[in-house]
Amino acid sequence: MKMRKLLAFIATVALAAGTLAGCGSTETAAADETIVEEAVTEETAAEEVTEETVSDLTGTVKMAGSTSMEKLANAVAESFMIVTPGVTVTAEFTGSSAGVESVIAGSVDIGNSSRYLKDSEKESGAVENIVAIDGIAVVVDPSNTVTDLSKEQLAKIYTGETKSWSEVGGTDMPVVVVGREAGSGTRDAFEEILEVEDTCVYANQLDSTGAVMAKVASTPGAIGYVSLDVIDDSVIALSLDEVAPTAENIKAGNYFLSRPFVMATNGEIAAQSEAVQALFAWLTTEEGKAVIESVGLITVD
Amino acid sequence: MTKNSIIGSNKTKSTVEKAAQAVFTTCAFFAVLAVVSITLYMLMNGTPALFKVGIGEILFGTSWMPTAKNPSYGIFYVILTSIIGTVMSILIGVPIGVLTAIFLAETASKKLAAFVKPAVELLAGIPSVIYGLLGLLILNPLMYKLEIMIFKNSETHQFSGGANMISAVLVLAVMILPTVINISESSLKSVPEQYKAASLALGASKIQTIFNVMLPAAKSGIISAIVLGVGRAIGEAMAISLVSGSAVNLPLPFNSVRFLTTAIVSEMGYASDLHKQVLFTIGLVLFAFIMIINVSLTRILKKGEKSDARK
Repeated sequence: MKMRKLLAFIATVALAAGTLAGCGSTETAAADETIVEEAVTEETAAEEVTEETVSDLTGTVKMAGSTSMEKLANAVAESFMIVTPGVTVTAEFTGSSAGVESVIAGSVDIGNSSRYLKDSEKESGAVENIVAIDGIAVVVDPSNTVTDLSKEQLAKIYTGETKSWSEVGGTDMPVVVVGREAGSGTRDAFEEILEVEDTCVYANQLDSTGAVMAKVASTPGAIGYVSLDVIDDSVIALSLDEVAPTAENIKAGNYFLSRPFVMATNGEIAAQSEAVQALFAWLTTEEGKAVIESVGLITVD
Repeated sequence: MTKNSIIGSNKTKSTVEKAAQAVFTTCAFFAVLAVVSITLYMLMNGTPALFKVGIGEILFGTSWMPTAKNPSYGIFYVILTSIIGTVMSILIGVPIGVLTAIFLAETASKKLAAFVKPAVELLAGIPSVIYGLLGLLILNPLMYKLEIMIFKNSETHQFSGGANMISAVLVLAVMILPTVINISESSLKSVPEQYKAASLALGASKIQTIFNVMLPAAKSGIISAIVLGVGRAIGEAMAISLVSGSAVNLPLPFNSVRFLTTAIVSEMGYASDLHKQVLFTIGLVLFAFIMIINVSLTRILKKGEKSDARK
């Protein structure tokens, strides 16, 4: 009920924005209007489809799990409820392991996990459905001459063993190790993949992606890590083990600093409720993929 | 009829009086309610972790690794940073502030005062995030250059990119200036004119008068200015979270440091379970500090009044 109210509110705001944009005479305003119109058409189209194929689809989909997947889960829940108004999707963020436990116990329909499922979890009946891949980029300031680091070099930088860029083939410039605060999903993923959990020595622990980008961009010799989607010209994204951080390389599994976003189910998707099946089917449509990309993730084929 | 109407109006009068009284009382209790509920809330949320982790381990532990496999929640360095950072910023900010107040109250020409006074007032109105941004963009790069010069050949120093204790202290020192200046100035201005006149008449110079007569007479006001400055410095979060680097370290000048306030701000977003409870404990520690400062402020003010009365 709450979500519906929220949706109604969002729709109202969107409409109001459209009207306001219509009042303006600039090109952007016109463009905005077109987008709004398109969105409306799409929505109507989706509704029509819903009416034809799964018109009687009602039910609930309960998700729980990874806090790193909060953005994705919320975006998916909101967008999916627009195209299938009869289904209520709820999402809780209890952590990957707790999410998988809940799905095995049957208290939720989908367990979100930002890591591959463990064998023990699979034996207990959880099925690993990878819906997206999260990539982490290692960034340095534009004046840095280093363009590539090996996994070992990166780990040594973050554990404080390497103190100067000259040790990894750069100029004689001190390394300023920038990272995220304890509890950050990006930090968890970075340290876990690099196997430097609890041994990192940070000189700066900043509490947002934007702060990391700003600090790295403005500090000669700084190194930081951020989600792949926020990379811009203010920093250089390093290639790791001679693999550039691109969506293609991550999909191909060559870039090691990436992790899967798993929506685990108890048993195969085909054995789930219709609502859950519809959700997974929707995730593979263009619209579903657009939502995944909109939160900065890489889709899987 | 007339009699009746008089009684009636009396009745209305007393009803209005009573109603007004009730409204005032309610409003007064609203503030008290807020203080009491905040105190209770902090105690309820802050104390469990103290006992779960151990009071000594939290308050005197030096290792802050809340999300490690074997988490440790020592906030000793954080407490130390807050204390030293506040003291240092007071040491820098108060002399500048008091001297500015003297300038404004005593020595400035009207034209100059008309320029400086609004500038100080403007300083008070600038949001703390702006101080932080300026510190981040101007102070940090300067500090980084200094850091590279000083620690060029150091094997052990971890470079912080200029986000260090000094930056935070300087930003705090600037931030407490308006508080110190305004309160000191008004207390200087409220020193009776006769004191000054008597001192000057006895042949003391202007400077002698200021330091030997005016300042001692305005002592209690200046002390309360300092205490309020301490309150502002210890409670500030936004500005220093941008310039201090937020890594938990011993508060040495060129180390990246974390204050009590920034410790809460930076990790509250994703913290869960015991980690979150410990953040509340940090809040409780901060709350206790501010309470102590406030109580001492009232004590000092009361003492000041008494000694004034004796005079």
